[in-house]
Amino acid sequence: MTDHLLFSNIDEPGLRTIDVYERRGGYGSLRKALATPREELIETLKGSGLRGRGGAGFPMGLKASFLPKGDMQKYVVVNADESEPGTFKDRELMQKNPHQLIEGIVIAAYAVDATISFIYIRGEYVHQADVLEAAIAEAYERGYLGENVLGSGFTLSLAVHRGAGAYICGEETGLLDSLEGKRGNPRLKPPFPANQGLFQGPTLINNVETLSTLPHIVELGSERYAEIGVQNSAGTKLISVSGQVRNPGNFEIELGMSSREIIFGLAGGTFEGREIKLWFPGGSSSPVLTKDDLDLPYDFDTMAKAGTMLGSGAIIVVDDSTSVVDVALKVATFYAHESCGKCTPCREGTSWTRKMLTRVKDGSATPMDLDIMASVQERIIGNCLCVLGDAMAMPIGSMIAKFRGEFEDHIERVRAEQERAILAGVSG
Amino acid sequence: MAIDPTDVPRFAHGSRIPGWDESADLEKSPLEVPDPATTHVPDDLRAEIEAHVAKYPPDHSRSATIPALWAIQRRYGWCTPEGIEQAACVLRLTPAELSAVATFYDMLDTSPTERNRVYVCTNISCSLRGADELLETFREHAEGEPDVHVRGFECLGACDIAPMASVNGTYVGPLDADDVPTLLRQLRDGEEPLPEKQLARRPSADPKAREPQS
Repeated sequence: MTDHLLFSNIDEPGLRTIDVYERRGGYGSLRKALATPREELIETLKGSGLRGRGGAGFPMGLKASFLPKGDMQKYVVVNADESEPGTFKDRELMQKNPHQLIEGIVIAAYAVDATISFIYIRGEYVHQADVLEAAIAEAYERGYLGENVLGSGFTLSLAVHRGAGAYICGEETGLLDSLEGKRGNPRLKPPFPANQGLFQGPTLINNVETLSTLPHIVELGSERYAEIGVQNSAGTKLISVSGQVRNPGNFEIELGMSSREIIFGLAGGTFEGREIKLWFPGGSSSPVLTKDDLDLPYDFDTMAKAGTMLGSGAIIVVDDSTSVVDVALKVATFYAHESCGKCTPCREGTSWTRKMLTRVKDGSATPMDLDIMASVQERIIGNCLCVLGDAMAMPIGSMIAKFRGEFEDHIERVRAEQERAILAGVSG
Repeated sequence: MAIDPTDVPRFAHGSRIPGWDESADLEKSPLEVPDPATTHVPDDLRAEIEAHVAKYPPDHSRSATIPALWAIQRRYGWCTPEGIEQAACVLRLTPAELSAVATFYDMLDTSPTERNRVYVCTNISCSLRGADELLETFREHAEGEPDVHVRGFECLGACDIAPMASVNGTYVGPLDADDVPTLLRQLRDGEEPLPEKQLARRPSADPKAREPQS
């Protein structure tokens, strides 16, 4: 079975144009999907076992089946706000194969009977948004978008909406508020977007990679797709490997591959003479793992069992030349900056964690501060409208739990150095 | 600086009127939708914003807020109070609603900013490969450059080319200290930034993804 679907020959010249995409059999799945009854198509998506690729891993077919049936206006929104630190897979997909995404959007919109769709792309991805807009214009011209798609009677509009730089807009309800022209503050759930989403209408929101997979599922059929990967983690996944490795980049793997094989085989492993200290398996929001966990298979269930998550599939490798204090401070600073400020535990928790870690770094903290910091993390989790606070609390909590000794040694060492400096000043 | 110093509102004695560098005009009520009869909106700006409004369903023109603010920033260099008022006039919103959005997003500037924006990613993956030092180098070299705004930025989604920067929206990397003066010179001369290091030209890292289809 192939392990390359999304990335298959992705550097083929001109792939971003509709001519090359069609020559490769592109939009064939759309024709097949449009000839299938909607219920059957949703069953296919359910049966494929495809789980959302944005971070939460929710079964895609199930989410699509939650949308109410009926005549009301429904929407499909593509989450292309890829902003989880360490994640850059959607960027390459959109830039190099935009029509694969568009075909997936039309299939999804047909399945849930939505007639208006948007791609919410982060404002930083200027080039990718330009590529998508050109591809959408081509798709309209050839009748894959617009009124009466390929003579099926189905109508769909698609437009690109550029964001302007906010991590929170990757959270689906924050994204919807942003798309409605407001500040990107998350909403109370339920109601979930499937019932009340964009402009209060039923909305299907999916990640770029999830929707780009749909043409392949329709082509292969749900059974053949479900055979790829392992139980509860069907299919292939794009993995972004970054940090202190020789060959960082995006790789398409069959889920269930060994983590060591990904980091050392595909990404070239650590630099000369260095060892892995810790790694984030699913973006900077995931609890960290250590070098003892390298032989775990990379799939949703195994990562959950190991106390972490597969998240967006972004592996960040940190080697033993880097202090865990620096890593924690970087992570906390990011979330403190990006917290939208709506919920108190997140707004205050992220900001105080950053301040406490700064104290740890400059040696003015005590080991008791580590306990306070750990308890702050526990009180953030589950107490906010969205998971931004949790996204800081989980990795920071795991770093304190797994590397407590290193935090304490750091405080001791900096303090001893400062004392020596003071004494030297007095005696000199 | 992007703002024209001769164009700043001034008192008769020459001092700048306070609030000239704020995204909202503090003299005016932010709670009133600007009156089209008294608000002058340049025709091309109006056409651009109305084209964005057309992308959204009827009655949802507010969705065009971010696109309209982008249009303002492109035209005036930053989200100026006059620009916000003009956009508010076209969108039939209050200036307060627009500046609330403008202040929320990192890429929309609500104070005068140099036109060339260099965002250096300093998030975790880039900092593990020397981004903090790179940002320092950028700051040192850009000192005294008249029209360059250097700023550390959160994850730009290009950890594969770490450490990297977004130069007026063009991603370049991996960068080293020697690239900094070259890049600043290219900005001065209006050239394309580091063509050989642009992300758009980089092949995939996945060896199997490069193989032709069987």
